[in-house]
Amino acid sequence: MRLLRRQHIPLLATVGMLIVLFSVASALYPGFASLRVVANLFSDNAFLGIVAVGMTFVILSGGIDLSVGAVLAFTTILIASLVGAGWHPLLAISVALVLGSGFGAAMGWLIHRFILPPFLVTLAGMFFARGMAFLVQAQSAVVSHPFYDALGDLRLQIGPKAYLPITALLFLLVVLVGIVIARRSRFGRAVYAIGGAEASALMMGLPVGRTKVRVYALSGFCASLGGVAATLYMGSGNPAMGSGLELDAIAAVVIGGTLLTGGVGSVFGTLAGVLIFGTIQSALVFDGRLNSWWLRIVIASLLLAFILLQKALARSASAHP
Amino acid sequence: MSDSDPALLSLRGIDKSFPGVKALQDVALRLRAGEVHALMGENGAGKSTLIKVLTGLYPRDAGSMRLAGQEISPASPRQAEALGISTVYQEVNLIPALSVAENICLGREPVKWGCIQWHQVRQRAVKALQRLGLQLDVTARLDTLPLALQQMVAIARALEIDAKVLVLDEPTSSLDEGEVEALFSLLRRLRGEGLGILLVTHFLDQVYAISDRITVLRNGRLVGEFLTAELPRLKLIGQMLGREPDAGQAAAAPSTDLTQVSRPVILETKAAGFRGGIQQLDLSLRAGQITGLAGLLGSGRTETARMLFGIDPATTGSIEIDGVAVPLDSPKAAIARGLAFCSEDRKREGIIPHLSVRENLILAMQAGRGPWKKAPLAQQTELAQRYIATLGIKTPSPETPIRNLSGGNQQKVLLARWLVMQPRLLILDEPTRGIDVGARAEIDRLIAQLSADGMAVLLISSELEEIVANSQSVTVLRDRRAVGHLQGSTISVAEIMKWIAHSGEEAA
Repeated sequence: MRLLRRQHIPLLATVGMLIVLFSVASALYPGFASLRVVANLFSDNAFLGIVAVGMTFVILSGGIDLSVGAVLAFTTILIASLVGAGWHPLLAISVALVLGSGFGAAMGWLIHRFILPPFLVTLAGMFFARGMAFLVQAQSAVVSHPFYDALGDLRLQIGPKAYLPITALLFLLVVLVGIVIARRSRFGRAVYAIGGAEASALMMGLPVGRTKVRVYALSGFCASLGGVAATLYMGSGNPAMGSGLELDAIAAVVIGGTLLTGGVGSVFGTLAGVLIFGTIQSALVFDGRLNSWWLRIVIASLLLAFILLQKALARSASAHP
Repeated sequence: MSDSDPALLSLRGIDKSFPGVKALQDVALRLRAGEVHALMGENGAGKSTLIKVLTGLYPRDAGSMRLAGQEISPASPRQAEALGISTVYQEVNLIPALSVAENICLGREPVKWGCIQWHQVRQRAVKALQRLGLQLDVTARLDTLPLALQQMVAIARALEIDAKVLVLDEPTSSLDEGEVEALFSLLRRLRGEGLGILLVTHFLDQVYAISDRITVLRNGRLVGEFLTAELPRLKLIGQMLGREPDAGQAAAAPSTDLTQVSRPVILETKAAGFRGGIQQLDLSLRAGQITGLAGLLGSGRTETARMLFGIDPATTGSIEIDGVAVPLDSPKAAIARGLAFCSEDRKREGIIPHLSVRENLILAMQAGRGPWKKAPLAQQTELAQRYIATLGIKTPSPETPIRNLSGGNQQKVLLARWLVMQPRLLILDEPTRGIDVGARAEIDRLIAQLSADGMAVLLISSELEEIVANSQSVTVLRDRRAVGHLQGSTISVAEIMKWIAHSGEEAA
């Protein structure tokens, strides 16, 4: 048994990249290498991260989910307006999570039942959810409820002046659960199998249809949970929030070493991908001189580099089996 | 006659239609416990369809299925498996990117509190492979194994459940002789344990080596069930073809043409090779001559083809065409110099399943013209119709998607694709793999015709009989090196095997 396998190289490259980026930023900017900055990495990127974990499963299964940003926005404004109408926040959150999962499941069912391309079904889903978000309420609204404020103030001290707020905890929890589902559940393994070779998975007797529906339900759930995290983080809901978030999530997943064609990748890699996003963003803030659009340019280069790396690995693998 | 036998699995009056085709009509099959039952038939006889009905991939239109006396109607492979019907398909249907252990246990992993117990998965996989006499690193990714071992993993998976019926669809097409023997001794043991084994294969020798009974299908109908010991080969072929085969045709080896040596050499390799593929290869391919490339699995047969066609370019030595050294560093360069290559992997490297017969057929020609000079539709259709007629491709129309054709007819379309280019050298890698007797004879005849018209042909096959029957010159490979060259009347199966076995210690 070899300790280092070819398929681990993308993940190692991602983690290595994260370490390099963080070290360079720490060397350049005094105060960067601190627990507080690390804690902020998790809290500032919590909703992107939560959404990206759901996206990881979709991409592993060989699909794509473009609706997540819109579903997140819908969730934030739904919670804001339900709480505004006097609902208890817990009830509002539950309703939002059920709606998000159900919406994902419905898209998954369409994709499976009518053999539709996921790209188009979730594109329609994206427009639909965005429209519904504006239908609920066209302007952003503050979520104000004593329980919600208390929830938002929950935090875990991890060092002097360093706290993990509830959003960061939620993100970490989702990552952990995601890792367990991906590695240790039959559902998770079926997702890998379907993304690797769908026809074979069917012939091997795996529940292909059910798994697909669940994958999109899971992504919808993560998108609305991301919405919950967003309302806790910002204290408000906004129907225009999260446009382009689905693409950030896809980028984070791919930088995390998951093949866009499905079947290969990991939730842990996605965590690293999200943290790379966050590190670049924080470094730009620390620098203060550079325009924030540099984030996009750096991410673009990284994305390209990782796609090339994967291609090179795939080629060398097929040349030397 | 056998109605009183207690059948383990009994299918009766099975009908199955697809739009425009009656794939199965009133088909019956009786599989007994403790027998190996061969299912035989030409392409389009309905073997694959019957198996897919049996394993729940296709719903049947009519008829009944009974397993151990119980009426069954599996609606998916999963349900069939749960009933005890396990299937290994012709093309390895596993997940390349997952580990060996996982491929064996996928979908039935042992779980505790909803969590897969990986150490148990690995133990079960090791045990399942041991039953086949194999020891593998079960944590390795499946796609790091050669095709033959992947096939064994698929069988291990099928046996890992408590199967009553084991269906094997062309299990031996990617195995070499030793592996086939290992598989057969395993099948005999399983038969002894009371398993009912349904075997689909095109290899007559294997049918007679292993099976107890034979069921023959033709054109979607049942021809009959026979005891293998009571059915002579010629009679079996007659049943499959629906006519008495003309006995002389199969055995006739092409006579040696002494003038062949003087035919012009089209392509010559001089100590050509590439790392991990083939080494120090000297090969002369002459116009109007069929050169066979023989050797065991992994001896470098396909690698040679890939090198000549520029997929894995030679890194050492040289390749000369018409006596001039040329860099064959891409398929495009090879095509430009008049080479054509029919790959062994029809499904992945050959056909484009959703495109029509016509579109598949003109693909190479269109690629040669470039994207801006599209051949007029009338010309395309004319070409397609001409080759459909000359090669006898059985298709409802040139516009039928190629995936709806049988394997033999797909192969003919691929041949036609290259013939349109009027190549000078045609490389055929396993042109008759997974193709039945009748279509096989047609393809062999076609190759002989092309060669007679002056084309150089390099024929790669794992079946020595096919090499011997078709080639005027044979190069024998062993461990990625050429170990022998045979000409004319010295070509025989025994001689080739001698070279493979002894690497020719003064064997000639």
